[in-house]
Amino acid sequence: MTIVYAAMISVIAGVGVYMLLAQNLMRMILGIALLAAGANVLIFLSGRLGAVSPPIIPQGSEALAQTAANSLPQALVLTAIVIGFALTAFAIALAVKAYTSLNTLDTSGMTAAEALGAPDKD
Amino acid sequence: MTPTETYNILVIVWPVLIPLTLAAITACLWQFPRAQRAVGIAGLFVLTGSAFALVHAVTRYDILAVEFGSWPVPFGISFVADRLSAAMVAITAVLALAVGIYGLREMRRVHVRAGFYPLFFGMVTGVNGAFLTGDIFNLYVWFEVMLVTSLGLLVLGRTKAQIDGAVKYAVLNLLGTVFFLIAVGLLYGAAGTLAFADLARILPTLEASPGLVATAILFLCAFGIKAGFFPLFFWLPASYHTAPFAISAIFAGLLTKVGVYAAFRVFTLLFEVENAGIREIVAVVAALTMVVGVMGAASQWNIRRILSFHIVSQIGYIMMGLAIATPLAMAGAVFYIIHHIIVKANLFLLAGAVRQATGTDDLRKTGGLLKSHPWLAVLFLIPALSLAGLPPLSGFWAKFLVVDASFKADMGWLAGVALFTGLLTLYSMMKIWMEAFWKAPVIERKKTRAVPAIMVAPIAALCAITITIGFWAQPFVTYAELAAITLTDPSVYVAAIIGEATEIGRLDP
Repeated sequence: MTIVYAAMISVIAGVGVYMLLAQNLMRMILGIALLAAGANVLIFLSGRLGAVSPPIIPQGSEALAQTAANSLPQALVLTAIVIGFALTAFAIALAVKAYTSLNTLDTSGMTAAEALGAPDKD
Repeated sequence: MTPTETYNILVIVWPVLIPLTLAAITACLWQFPRAQRAVGIAGLFVLTGSAFALVHAVTRYDILAVEFGSWPVPFGISFVADRLSAAMVAITAVLALAVGIYGLREMRRVHVRAGFYPLFFGMVTGVNGAFLTGDIFNLYVWFEVMLVTSLGLLVLGRTKAQIDGAVKYAVLNLLGTVFFLIAVGLLYGAAGTLAFADLARILPTLEASPGLVATAILFLCAFGIKAGFFPLFFWLPASYHTAPFAISAIFAGLLTKVGVYAAFRVFTLLFEVENAGIREIVAVVAALTMVVGVMGAASQWNIRRILSFHIVSQIGYIMMGLAIATPLAMAGAVFYIIHHIIVKANLFLLAGAVRQATGTDDLRKTGGLLKSHPWLAVLFLIPALSLAGLPPLSGFWAKFLVVDASFKADMGWLAGVALFTGLLTLYSMMKIWMEAFWKAPVIERKKTRAVPAIMVAPIAALCAITITIGFWAQPFVTYAELAAITLTDPSVYVAAIIGEATEIGRLDP
């Protein structure tokens, strides 16, 4: 089970890296979003798979049962998803702004910042 | 709970709560720029006071910790302040105050309307949170708080250059945080805990495995992107020179240093550079960072672009301390961070003053400032020569400590690289001096453009700090040496958080 899961993460991350290598800004942002999704699934995996019961302490006992699911990775993943969502939203808004003000999404055509104080061409 | 215990708890939380509150208040005052300015400046004074209260408390108790909701480590979230964190928080507050005052003049109505104050305080919250957190996942969260607010600050003016710079900044830093998240996931899988103190206790008991090495390397890459080491620094000189001067000054001073701080925490408490087998990598990366950064600066003509490349180069000196990893080297690195934050931010503020006086920050078009603004020239020389490491300024002692440490640790080649880089740094500073101050002005002006006192005051104050560190270096060196003890010996940190030996404050629900 773990190996299937790990293989799935590597596919997601691989696709993410491939998209990130593109020159188009939107593809790069999608690539990062995929990579972040891979990271989230990885955190979930690192909490170990295979638990059977929900992490609720039964009435009368003081601690979780041995078979209870690990709830910490879920909390971590939830936090990471929220943060990732906000940053991806910002990045897409930035890409839209870049498209309207620089007229391109091709990163090799974005030279407005580099041009300031660049060495003389001669 | 005695009043002392309550005070010890509050003193750690203030540096995060105060800027967070200020961000909220200034956001509520969205329609009233004047009120935002007044609240902002008053709040920055309070923040500075609280930061120095933390330094005072830490010099008394060595390490302070708060466990939120009384959940003990490793179950709850904790804030921990040792000498290094306290120093970083204090220097953040000083710099935020200087930049806040400078920004009164530079931040136009359009910037304030675009949300300068809420974003600025949000960023300070993120930075202080990163310095104080005692948990690696929360470090990630604070990094993101810092990242998203700094992106907002970067595009405040919405110019083409800013959008372009922000694209590069955003993509590479997002990648850095994803690396960080993957590393946290792997670490949790290996150790089953995320609190620094607990990790420092558990990790040495684990068998060495490829997974742990991969985790260490991923942390190094993640912090490398944040801190701007070779070869991961390209976003930095592509974006820092586009923001307004006040904003680029606080970026230059603080943001890369948060990455450096995180690298120091992780590679002293969790992985030791020696045992993780990355000492050589860190040493070579430090050397290349120094040289490549300083070489990159040589061909540039924009003052802030030159200075941005120098940030990269100076990060190399700090990483030297981590590579050598003796107590002396660590103390040198801590001292270097303190010196560097003040000097580098001041140079960016001075670049703004040069821009104000000449109307441009392209060195080819400037000139004649020595004659028209002689005091500005004096104020420039102090941080510039300090950056290059000339005695008796603060940079001399900082370089002396790390170079001395590398000779003592039989890494003389690293010392050689550091000294050579110092020489090239002097070249760059002299280039700015010759072009902006010494040479005849390109365009003769009938009337000199005055630099307002509200811009000069913070510059002069930061120069005074540089001179103070230069002439009274001993108290700072002693402080750095004590900070290095907790860095080089994780057991001190672990005992303070998990053991019962030291006084630890607990927050009752």
